[in-house]
Amino acid sequence: MKRSLWFLLPGGLFIALVAFLYFGLYNDPREIPSPLIGKPAPAFSLETLADPSRTVSTADYQGRPYLVNVWGTWCPECRREHEVLLAIARTKTVPIVGLNWKDDRELAQRWLVQLGNPYDSVAFDPEGQAAIDWGVYGAPETFLVSADGTVLYKRIGPMNLEVWQREFLPMINGTGGPS
Amino acid sequence: MIPELGHFVLVLALLMAVAQAFFGLAGASRGNVAWMRAAQPAVAGQWVFLMLSFGALVWSFIQFDFSVRYVAMTSNSLLPLFYRIAAAWGGHEGSLLLWGTMLATWSVAVAAFSRSMPLPYKSRVLGVLGLVSVGFLLFMLFTSSPFERLVPAAADGNDLNPLLQDFALVIHPPMLYLGYVGFSVAFAFACATLIEGRLDVAWARWARPWTLAAWLCLTIGITLGSWWAYYELGWGGYWFWDPVENASFMPWLAGAALIHSLAVTEKRGLFKSWTLLLAVSAFSLSLLGTFLVRSGVLVSVHAFASDPARGLFILGFLCAVIGGALALYTWRAPLLKSDGGFELLSREAFLLFNNALLIAATGLILLGTLYPLFLDALGLGKISVGPPYFGVAFLIPMVPLLLLLGIGMHSSWKRSQIGPAARQLGVMLAVALVAALLISKFVYGEVHAMGVVGFTVALWVMGAALLEPIRRRGKLRGMPAGFWGMTLAHFGVGLFALGITGVESYRIEKDIGLGVGDSTEVSGYVFRFEGTEQVRGPNYQATQGTVVLSRDGEEFATLYPQKRFYASGGNPMTEAGIQVTPARDLFVALGEDLGAGKWSMRVQYKPLIRYIWIGAAFMALGGLVSIADRRFRIRAQAEVPKAAGRLAGERAR
Repeated sequence: MKRSLWFLLPGGLFIALVAFLYFGLYNDPREIPSPLIGKPAPAFSLETLADPSRTVSTADYQGRPYLVNVWGTWCPECRREHEVLLAIARTKTVPIVGLNWKDDRELAQRWLVQLGNPYDSVAFDPEGQAAIDWGVYGAPETFLVSADGTVLYKRIGPMNLEVWQREFLPMINGTGGPS
Repeated sequence: MIPELGHFVLVLALLMAVAQAFFGLAGASRGNVAWMRAAQPAVAGQWVFLMLSFGALVWSFIQFDFSVRYVAMTSNSLLPLFYRIAAAWGGHEGSLLLWGTMLATWSVAVAAFSRSMPLPYKSRVLGVLGLVSVGFLLFMLFTSSPFERLVPAAADGNDLNPLLQDFALVIHPPMLYLGYVGFSVAFAFACATLIEGRLDVAWARWARPWTLAAWLCLTIGITLGSWWAYYELGWGGYWFWDPVENASFMPWLAGAALIHSLAVTEKRGLFKSWTLLLAVSAFSLSLLGTFLVRSGVLVSVHAFASDPARGLFILGFLCAVIGGALALYTWRAPLLKSDGGFELLSREAFLLFNNALLIAATGLILLGTLYPLFLDALGLGKISVGPPYFGVAFLIPMVPLLLLLGIGMHSSWKRSQIGPAARQLGVMLAVALVAALLISKFVYGEVHAMGVVGFTVALWVMGAALLEPIRRRGKLRGMPAGFWGMTLAHFGVGLFALGITGVESYRIEKDIGLGVGDSTEVSGYVFRFEGTEQVRGPNYQATQGTVVLSRDGEEFATLYPQKRFYASGGNPMTEAGIQVTPARDLFVALGEDLGAGKWSMRVQYKPLIRYIWIGAAFMALGGLVSIADRRFRIRAQAEVPKAAGRLAGERAR
């Protein structure tokens, strides 16, 4: 008896698998947020893009919500979202910290001069160490960090105003400033 | 007219498949010889009709018939003839037709080359294959006919996905499907065995060459895919642990396990129910792979057609085929008993470890592939599982597998006896370790644990594979093909491990922006960028860079990496420039235009990477040689009367 129960195992596993696959058919697997969400933001302290002798770190922004935007001049989608970032910056809702990823300092500086600078400050990360800590898959990605330093949201791909209004603003207003 | 004929013969093929399934299974269970015999012409008919149908599709492509939806979707008037033919399987509908055609081809081959099998058994095998075929053809006719018309006809077609316009990728899908579908034969043998309640192991001998053939096709298919990804995707990676790659790799691992376990079952009458389960699993994993690709359950670059209705149909099909087989298994397998035992260091034990480790690897990959789905379904959040998980999860079973492989090859059946080879193997392991240390230190200039472990294991497996022919020198003439196949395949495993270790431990990758005349150095090689020019292909425009390679001031090669823009639009495609020597690849891919003649570039040094594919080619060759073993033909013939008598297992000697 005991032995024959073993032979039920493959069938049982298969039934469980089918249940999961059926579920999978009706759910969008594209929505893959970061495992960082709800966790403390990984700290970084890096040279600023503008001036190698100065540093910018996550500690500078403690106590208020902020955005971390990962970009690079080599990334065409980043150029596309740049207008949106400028628009967001104009609303002065939250500071945007740029994380210039695997880029060339001179090119990146020129980019900001030519296209306008939406960033409160830009961290220069040519080797991508900070980006690895943040689990960056590709640029652009935008993180929302709360006043207490928790990652609230991650946007993969270019930012747009719809996402900003629908996803980011309610969260920012919910956690706005130290209460 | 031709497309309608194609559709019509597809319906005829379905009818033939129904006849094949009915006469095969019902004939055998009623003992009706006329019915059983009728299954065979049905197989032949199905094959002929599917070939005609496939021919009609290819014809529509050759004739630029853009009134056929599928043709308009996957080709256009600029596409060269070669790729127009290949476009027949460049999309969802066509790949299904190819799948079905291959299934019929395997079925015909089984019908033709299995004269030695008892008729009832053979007709059950054909019946099961017929059932699988019915499911597939229904799926095609109801959800994805390639012959659907487009009204009004398109003036010109879309284009074949530019990613697929490449020689390796023209052969990759057919080989892959041939492998996937080939496991249906082992599956059908297992089902027929279970239906019949056969307790003997003759089926294992009949199934072995078919399993080897399927596995070797899958090996070639996966290898081509990996090679293609390396030079075409522009990242210089050879494996991405993408869900679709995993979907092809899992049946491969299960198939490798099955090949070994079939050997034990055939020779020693052990692991009977396990082997049956593996035979069911290998094909189940192939079907699961198809489901994952075609339903869009998991996102992937490969999922070029995803649609919940299709997904639901395949899921139903999956339930019927796999569920049915597993139900049979649950019912019948408890009857099977192993004949006799074996000792801890016997060949049986080593093959048991082999199976356990290969299946562990398969399970870990399945878990990683479906893990995001599991968590999502259980409401535990959404995550993605990346290469770091797979890299580690795969390595854990592989290192012991390769270590045991070295000894296992020299073990004896039944008894714990490694024999005189034991001492030589010990010496060889020590030599491999020292050599690994020396290579790490003096060739690559850096010793680290995984590199040393990898090289040791790789050298040890290669050495152990060669040891047997060396020890038997003088009497090599008499050795069966199976012996040579095993030696080749295992040597290939060693080469493969060598390649992986070299690349994973010592590759250097550099992403850099270079202006005209700028150069960069990687591992002693200087890459000088000479600027770009525009070149034209038949259906694309390309920006071609010129990169001169030199070492110690001496120029030795010029590479021309391209970035192609296809006339049909879409993302630009990368054609990497690669310079190859046996010891390493130098790889340059163009990135983005940074303005003022400057380009971002991906420059890589890839030590030993070729051995990954060469090793895989050796494995496939080993499979091919093993199939040629005379034993599979002659002895099968001689033992038919015995097998037909439904013995309660061959007595182990």
